[in-house]
Amino acid sequence: MILVINGVVLTVACTAFFIYEYYNSRKNTLNKVAAIGQIIATNSTAALAFDNKEDATEILMALKAEPHVEMAVLFNEEGKLFCLYRRDSTLPLPALAPLPAGHLFKGSILELATPVMLSNHRLGTLYLRSNMGAMHERFQLYASIVIVVMALSFVLSLALVRLLTRSISDSILSLSKTASIISQQHDYSVRANKLGDDEMGGLTDAFNHMLDTIQTQNRTLRQFARTLEQKVQQRTAELQYANKELESFTYSVSHDLRAPLRAIIGYTAILEEDYSHNLDDEGKRITSVIKNNTLKMGQLIDDLLAFSRMTRQEVTREPVDMSALVQEVKNSLACQYDYGKVEWQIMPLRPAQANRRLIQQVWMNLIANALKYSSKKEKAFIQIGGYQQEGKLVYFVKDNGVGFNQQYGHKLFKIFQRLHSMEEFEGTGVGLALVHKIVARHGGEVWAEAEENKGAAFYFSLPV
Amino acid sequence: MEQYKVDLLLVEDNPNDAELTIRHLKKNNMANNLFHVKDGEEALEFIYCTGRYAGKNVLSQRPKIILLDIQMPKVNGIEVLQRLKSDPRTQSIPVVILTSSKEDPDIQKCYKLGANSYIVKPVNFERFAEAIRHLGFYWLLLNQPPANEL
Repeated sequence: MILVINGVVLTVACTAFFIYEYYNSRKNTLNKVAAIGQIIATNSTAALAFDNKEDATEILMALKAEPHVEMAVLFNEEGKLFCLYRRDSTLPLPALAPLPAGHLFKGSILELATPVMLSNHRLGTLYLRSNMGAMHERFQLYASIVIVVMALSFVLSLALVRLLTRSISDSILSLSKTASIISQQHDYSVRANKLGDDEMGGLTDAFNHMLDTIQTQNRTLRQFARTLEQKVQQRTAELQYANKELESFTYSVSHDLRAPLRAIIGYTAILEEDYSHNLDDEGKRITSVIKNNTLKMGQLIDDLLAFSRMTRQEVTREPVDMSALVQEVKNSLACQYDYGKVEWQIMPLRPAQANRRLIQQVWMNLIANALKYSSKKEKAFIQIGGYQQEGKLVYFVKDNGVGFNQQYGHKLFKIFQRLHSMEEFEGTGVGLALVHKIVARHGGEVWAEAEENKGAAFYFSLPV
Repeated sequence: MEQYKVDLLLVEDNPNDAELTIRHLKKNNMANNLFHVKDGEEALEFIYCTGRYAGKNVLSQRPKIILLDIQMPKVNGIEVLQRLKSDPRTQSIPVVILTSSKEDPDIQKCYKLGANSYIVKPVNFERFAEAIRHLGFYWLLLNQPPANEL
């Protein structure tokens, strides 16, 4: 490519040079021949005026010194040949007619007619025929020079191109080799060889610099990853430790707190059984207060443990037949409540994807609540149902019990929060908090609607 | 050689729990052949006639039931259970685990080790009394113990 461009440029330049030189030489030759013609014409004035052919011949013979002048003819006033000089006798003579002054290029021949004048009187005409040999010689020389120059420049540029391409391709080879090492071995410590200070050198430098940056970044990343890993490990260990602690704490709480409670109740019961004859009514009341409170504390411990277990426990899911589950819960609660005065309306329920044991706890707490808070009605009415709404399944338990003031609704699902006194209804204030927690861990929501002395409705939703 | 006629071995470190348990058993006339040891170490010594009980032949008259508490100082219930169930001389003695806690992380382990039953002692006095009465009735009267042979 470079060679072609080079050749074209050279050719164009040489052609222009040739054209210029051609016209220039023609002009020079014409000038020179014209000058010779003028000199000869001037010198021949006397010979023509005095009709001296010898002198004229002598003058013309002087043209021998000019190798390019092939022929010179002196015509007299009448246009008749007066004197002739021919380098080569085979050359044809020009037309024997008075020639108009001027010149004519005939191929490589220049013909020139010069009037011989004597004080404004034309004595005759000088005809000169000159070949363009000089010019051709020069052109031959030029051509040879051009050929040599072109050949030389071709060779030279070939060598230069070779040299340049080698330096470029070597650099590219070095770069690609480095790149393939990196891509195969992921070794960012290798560097490409820099082969010069040219653009390729600059590119190599940039490439190496990029590798430097990658290496530094990799180091930093690895360091971060290591630190992060350490942190994760540390945190995991801490968490595991904390979890273990919590578990053993939970166990201790349930074990060690329950044992003294059992003793308090047990011994109070012994007091009642064996020493009741020594106790008056107030004494008996007091022992029963002790027992009830101890029982309540036992219940609180159990509820609290269930609540804390919920926080730690992983929620695994399975398809749950909600209708069957509700029936199961209803049956299990039968021993604690008088179902004789309860009217049930249980609608068919859609199955859910949930943790069966935990959702059972939810139903248990909600249905037990409904039974508890409607227990003072002559006829309790409990409705259980569900519906699908915006990609979630909603279930509800409604009762016609005491309900609550909606104003305090937000407190319902918080632990230890109760809207009724212990005298009205027993409870630890954990049940609904547990419901809330279980449903939240399933990704659902709980809410309630109620009116005092009219009833309450508790809803929970589960993602489909 | 001193002989023991022990039908029920109670392994319980908490004296109150032990007293209440024994009281409930007595009320149901099931404490006649009851022996109470205060921890796991004593339990093993008693059963295998070592230490304090060296020279006393318990093994020839094996108890019908062992009520075993889990949380005990020195040798705990799990270790006692493990010893009993891995020893051919004692592995057929029924063992009922009595514990205070539902949260016990060892319930699975106890069954794997061969516990015959696992009971959480209720806090409620009446329910505790009932549980003990059931236990005594079932294991001492209803259940047919393995032949007393070695």
